[in-house]
Amino acid sequence: MANNQLKRVDIIFSPYSVAPYEILRLTMHKEKSDVINELIESGLRGRGGAGFPTGLKWKYLAAEQDSEKYIICNADEGEPGTFKDRKLLVEVPRKVFSGMAIAAYVTGAKIGFLYLRREYRNLIPQLNKELDIFNESAKKFGLDFKISIFSGSGAYVCGEETALIESMEGKRGEPRNKPPFPIQNGYLGKPTLVNNVETFASTSMICRIGADKYKALGTDDQHGSKLFSISGDSPKEGVHELELGMKISDFVEEFGDGDTKAVQIGGVAGFCIPRKQFETSIIGEGNTTGGATMIFNSTRSMYNVLHNYLDFFAEESCGQCTPCRVGTQQLLKGIEAVKSGKKPASYLDDLIKLSKTMQITSKCGLGQSVTNSFASIIENFREEMIY
Amino acid sequence: MTTIKLKIDGHTIEVEKGTTILEAAKKINVKIPTLCHHEDLCVAGNCRVCVVEVKNRHRLEASCAVPAEEGMDILTNSAKVRNARKDIVSLLVSEHNTQCTTCYRNTNCELQDLAAEYNVDGNRFLSVLKPNLSIDKSSWSIEKDDSKCIRCQRCVRTCAELQHVNALTAANKGHEMKIATFMDLPFNEVVCTNCGQCVNRCPTGALTERRYFDQVWEAIGDPNKHVVMNTAPSVRVALGEMLGYEVGTRVTGKMVTAMRKMGVDSVLDTDFTADLTIIEEGNELLTRLKKVVKDGDKSIKLPMITSCSPGWVKFIEHMFPNHLGHLSTCKSPQQMFGALAKTYYAEKKGIDPKDIVSVAIMPCAAKKYEANRPEMNSSGYRDIDAGLTTREFGLMIKQAGLDFKNLEDTAFDSIMGESTGAGVIFGATGGVMEAALRTAYAVVTGRKVPFENLNITPVRGTDGIRAASIKIEGCLPEWNFLEGVELNVAVAHGLKNARVIMDEIAAGKSKYHFIEIMACPGGCIGGGGQPIPTNAEIRAKRTKAIYEEDMGKPIRMSHENPEITQIYEEFLGEPLGHKSHDLLHTHYQKRHRH
Ligand SMILES: Cc1cc2nc3c(=O)[nH]c(=O)nc-3n(C[C@H](O)[C@H](O)[C@H](O)COP(=O)(O)O)c2cc1C
Ligand code: SF4
Repeated sequence: MANNQLKRVDIIFSPYSVAPYEILRLTMHKEKSDVINELIESGLRGRGGAGFPTGLKWKYLAAEQDSEKYIICNADEGEPGTFKDRKLLVEVPRKVFSGMAIAAYVTGAKIGFLYLRREYRNLIPQLNKELDIFNESAKKFGLDFKISIFSGSGAYVCGEETALIESMEGKRGEPRNKPPFPIQNGYLGKPTLVNNVETFASTSMICRIGADKYKALGTDDQHGSKLFSISGDSPKEGVHELELGMKISDFVEEFGDGDTKAVQIGGVAGFCIPRKQFETSIIGEGNTTGGATMIFNSTRSMYNVLHNYLDFFAEESCGQCTPCRVGTQQLLKGIEAVKSGKKPASYLDDLIKLSKTMQITSKCGLGQSVTNSFASIIENFREEMIY
Repeated sequence: MTTIKLKIDGHTIEVEKGTTILEAAKKINVKIPTLCHHEDLCVAGNCRVCVVEVKNRHRLEASCAVPAEEGMDILTNSAKVRNARKDIVSLLVSEHNTQCTTCYRNTNCELQDLAAEYNVDGNRFLSVLKPNLSIDKSSWSIEKDDSKCIRCQRCVRTCAELQHVNALTAANKGHEMKIATFMDLPFNEVVCTNCGQCVNRCPTGALTERRYFDQVWEAIGDPNKHVVMNTAPSVRVALGEMLGYEVGTRVTGKMVTAMRKMGVDSVLDTDFTADLTIIEEGNELLTRLKKVVKDGDKSIKLPMITSCSPGWVKFIEHMFPNHLGHLSTCKSPQQMFGALAKTYYAEKKGIDPKDIVSVAIMPCAAKKYEANRPEMNSSGYRDIDAGLTTREFGLMIKQAGLDFKNLEDTAFDSIMGESTGAGVIFGATGGVMEAALRTAYAVVTGRKVPFENLNITPVRGTDGIRAASIKIEGCLPEWNFLEGVELNVAVAHGLKNARVIMDEIAAGKSKYHFIEIMACPGGCIGGGGQPIPTNAEIRAKRTKAIYEEDMGKPIRMSHENPEITQIYEEFLGEPLGHKSHDLLHTHYQKRHRH
């Protein structure tokens, strides 16, 4: 069920409470299980792309019987066109650290890391200043939890949680086999929680405003609000907080330039929605919501758009697994061959089939999601691929 | 033990918790194809060929990596699975140099087998093989051809997990991802022990041993050359695998006949110099013990460690360059053989050593490097002219068109063809130790080692490190100082285990007097030059065959080998004597660690 119209929200960038880490202090007066239940109740899903219910993840970590647990904030934000996590870390880092600390309080973790995208390392001095304030507050509140910053390796795939952990362990950033999941066997083999920057910021906001208020936003399917990094042919490029459950037509009306022919939702790993589906599609339903939202107007060649995506995938695949490493190259070469006439148009169908194989056989989300943009662009803009 | 029940292709099966789907399927004889999987190594799950369908799951699961779960309903051969596998194999082929006919691994290649099994259409996808890939032939032992690499990382895991050497690594990402040597240096410049375990685990022709058999054929065909071949103990229990025999079949007699039929002038046995090694090394050990126990000489290093595995020797030279004094100064049996072939043998046979071409048939890739070490020329010539692997040798037998299975059994030529059971067991981990103990105990006490049938079982087996101690009692008068001494010995195989031993030594905490170390898991029977595949089950069968060969020998202690007695009488004089020193002993070199 869609909202009737697009609603801007202002929760996540709202001003801090008066005393530093007041939300943390107040939350630490609550029962741990109550905090977790509130999070589950809020319906918050991870904002890093996979959309796993955050409260459940925390619950699982809390249930792990290990004295050593880790909390990792995923600030790898490696996808082209996304910059929401950066904005959060610049403007409201306290909310992010609060979220991590609350997670530590309810799960018993004592050590936290902010895995910071290499390109963001200029933020470190500023973040360290905030961490000083955090450490002082945590000490005051009697919370035994330290956060330090880990500067990332620079590869997109290191944003994948298990590759991220490998890279933190000083190994090559390759995704691991799952199971085991990081919750059972993560950093240094210990139970580990990995959440996105926005996810942590949202948890602290839920603790502040309560699950009910948060849940009142959005639809039955998707609760709350979320940040959108909007780029492409839009006069309003930038980060916007919007209530979930909006129709794409509303979105395009607000953010398009009047000539929008397609919207890519969920970044390179997401789907491309053509104009004819704007009225019937709802952001976040049947498509993913992580990553960037890109708007394309009619001057864009969708062949070029797809070519860029495939170039990106063929380069950013970690290269370990066959379907993704070779499949991405095949898709890229394949559309080139169709375009140049070396392969018939029907080859596009073979390639779509291949992308489906990649979806069901690749080891991690990268290879698994290539088919989303690939198939949706080819199916909706087939002509542009051929001529 | 908790067990779980699941269904595979309709069969219900109960397995221990933690069992992977692949292992569970194996239990009911359902074969799931694999490429990156190797039972000696940790799970990688990167080739994705082993995917299976789990009902009610959209995505397929990599059966090698995913543990079986209660209630799973698995299909290993559904249309969805077959199509996916075919796509994956097709992708690997599209990235591959498919000139199979000219590939050394033609007909013994896991990718080729799968491509055939799935009837892959080579034109289905465009070729994405990188152009201009050159073959690295810089090493004496190993060739690396990236155009044949499927990035399964078996080699990387082998070098890291089994050998703790890390010469190979996955480098770059995306379409540039490849297996590289450290810093992408030529193979001969990186820290590599040449053990060839990576070669043995490569599913394709990306890593192969450097081949020398063409030179050998040339020498055989040259009427002015006198070709002497010697074969290592472990070759006779593995060669059959190349020629249609069951794993673990001993083919010693036919192997000898084959060499003769190939035109080799003299067919000799490395086991002879294995026996000789025992005499020299045993005396070296007793001398060191004497200097330490009796004379209190602090400059003498104990434990003494064996030096017949050239992969191990290069390992210690790189990794523990300050502890080379622990290595026995004895050359390996191969190099003793080479030095004697062009001196003692030449003299006895009246052949000009310059005309002798000595060829060693070895289970090993490192032997090639060893043969080429600059100092290995004590005969005045290159002591060993060519070192071939069991695989190269098997290929030569095929090239010669011999009907191997129907060859008669014949015996090695003389001199340097006679050996004992002690020489034979050099081929298995623990064998050198056992052979040395059989002789040393007899020398010191005048009696046989106190083990039934001379089988010193505590040093046998497959544990990575095995320790034993033998109390020396009833010494002959000249060995009185050893009376009551508890001789502590240890055996290690696989360089990972060698490192454990060396760390102990480096920390001054080693309690041993004598240690045997072999670079390869299982010892030479699991050598890098042995037939492919090699795995735990195959190693066990080859080992069993080695001990059978030992039991079948009339003489089972090295010092009782009549040709050994003869060589000391007629040529060497005495163990550790002047001639031995010149011909049979060597020195080592400190090398860099990176
Ligand atoms: C290729 C790839 C890249 C990813 N990059 C990021 C990233 O930059 N930031 C992020 O938070 N999650 C990223 N993820 C998702 C993470 O694996 C993980 O699901 C997430 O951090 C969990 O946090 P959440 O539950 O709060 O979303 C990526 C996943 C894949 C497959
Ligand atoms: S899907 Fe791609 S990025 Fe993920 S593990 Fe496989 S090769 Fe690496």
